[in-house]
Amino acid sequence: MNVGAILLKLWSNSGFAAIITGFLSNNGWQNLVMLAISCVLLYLAIVKKFEPLLLVGIAFGCLLTNLPNAGLYHQDLWTAFMDPSSPMYHSFGQIMREGGLLDIFYIGVKTSLYPCLIFMGVGAMTDFGPLLSNPKSLLLGAAAQLGVFVAFFGAVCMGFTGQEAASIGIIGGADGPTAIFLTTRLAPHLLGAIAVAAYSYMALIPLIQPPIMNLLTTPETRKIKMVQTRNVSKTEKIIFPIIVTMFVALLLPDTAPLIGCLMLGNLFKETGCTDRLSDTVQNALMNIVTILLSTAVGSTMVGSTFLTAQTLKIVVLGVVAFGISTAGGLLGGNVMCMATKGKVNPLIGSAGVSAVPMAARVANKEGQKANPSNFLLMHAMGPNVAGVIGSAIAAGFLLSVFG
Amino acid sequence: MMLTSDISIGEAGVYALLGYAVVFFGLILLMCVVTAMGKYFAAKDTKMKAAASAAAQATAPAAPAAAPKKVAPGSAGELKLYDVEPKTAAMIMAIVANQMGKPLNELRFKSIKEVK
Repeated sequence: MNVGAILLKLWSNSGFAAIITGFLSNNGWQNLVMLAISCVLLYLAIVKKFEPLLLVGIAFGCLLTNLPNAGLYHQDLWTAFMDPSSPMYHSFGQIMREGGLLDIFYIGVKTSLYPCLIFMGVGAMTDFGPLLSNPKSLLLGAAAQLGVFVAFFGAVCMGFTGQEAASIGIIGGADGPTAIFLTTRLAPHLLGAIAVAAYSYMALIPLIQPPIMNLLTTPETRKIKMVQTRNVSKTEKIIFPIIVTMFVALLLPDTAPLIGCLMLGNLFKETGCTDRLSDTVQNALMNIVTILLSTAVGSTMVGSTFLTAQTLKIVVLGVVAFGISTAGGLLGGNVMCMATKGKVNPLIGSAGVSAVPMAARVANKEGQKANPSNFLLMHAMGPNVAGVIGSAIAAGFLLSVFG
Repeated sequence: MMLTSDISIGEAGVYALLGYAVVFFGLILLMCVVTAMGKYFAAKDTKMKAAASAAAQATAPAAPAAAPKKVAPGSAGELKLYDVEPKTAAMIMAIVANQMGKPLNELRFKSIKEVK
């Protein structure tokens, strides 16, 4: 027995050796930078509370995937999976045989399973009552998709391909599962950067939106009190998800997985006879899928693909998309305010970006700053849930054009 | 990795405009459907309410006039609860009193109804 040889073998198999010996030649420095980035993301999630439920998993997935020699995620396997000339093209069996733990987690992202299940949970937690009582809210949800298409255009101008630009643009929809769903289909190599940008900006909504709201509304319009809308019957709430699924999926079949799951979750909530399922989807299933989704998305943040100029451009385009979407919603709100002769507070337009319920809460808070007796939350929930449908339609359009 | 070639800026502009228009088109159509559905249910609700009030008026003369209930001295009268638990009602009244900054015994609550 040669103890020295064993120790030498242990050393050469370790990640420390991989980083040191391959510091310049084999992306060792990139691993170190990515480990530092994962620690920063963990700090933001844990200390600053930036979407911690998702960001902790994303950051830890990033940490795991950048540990040299751990073999948890294999970028090369997924590159071969996407290459039509490779014998591994679209071979999940190969991934299962040769992949690591995070490769297996990632299958759920690649098949769009996780984003759809998250949407089911979102549907089960969403009350479409405010939207049903004020259907004009749907217009604000549409107006707030402006950022998606402006960022798409901007991304093409900055040299991204159509598929990449579409994936970047959807950050403006402020809808994490939709962004992941579309990016996985169109530009999977950008998934890590897009998911981190989307969730980070969603966490920063209370900082990003108020200055734009103050810029595009007047103190007088911010003070407008909106009247109580009509009560919505249980039957309407049950029929709504069925109608929306049929209508939207017939209009844009590519949105069927997202809209179908969103509305199925909502139907579980509203039927009154599937409370157990609704409870499972809202809690247990949502939590399990969040763990798998966030870790799998984090695992795609490999140094060689993440540490590029493209990531910086995505970060910039993402915040532009968010800001313009907010502005689009506010402009829609101003138009509606004028059309109704001051009955609609334009602030609710900003909630048209779909981040539910954060955007509606921000609209309510800003409304109360202008007029402490103003309660806009329920009025803002209409555009907010309309934004979810709007971003799914936008994703369906981009998928049908570039998919 | 990419399956399609780059698109021109002009094409991107057209796609962007078309995409935004499609989102509006889809949601406007959905708005029409939801509005029509809402009007149908509102009309149905009005009909049912009218039928219920007509039935109540028809039966009213037959019913003996109820004697006014005696209330305790100093009482603000009876509180009607509609689909609300007494415990919930008590909490609501306490919260309202707290928010208004007035003692509970100086306020009168006539009824509390759950809005569904």
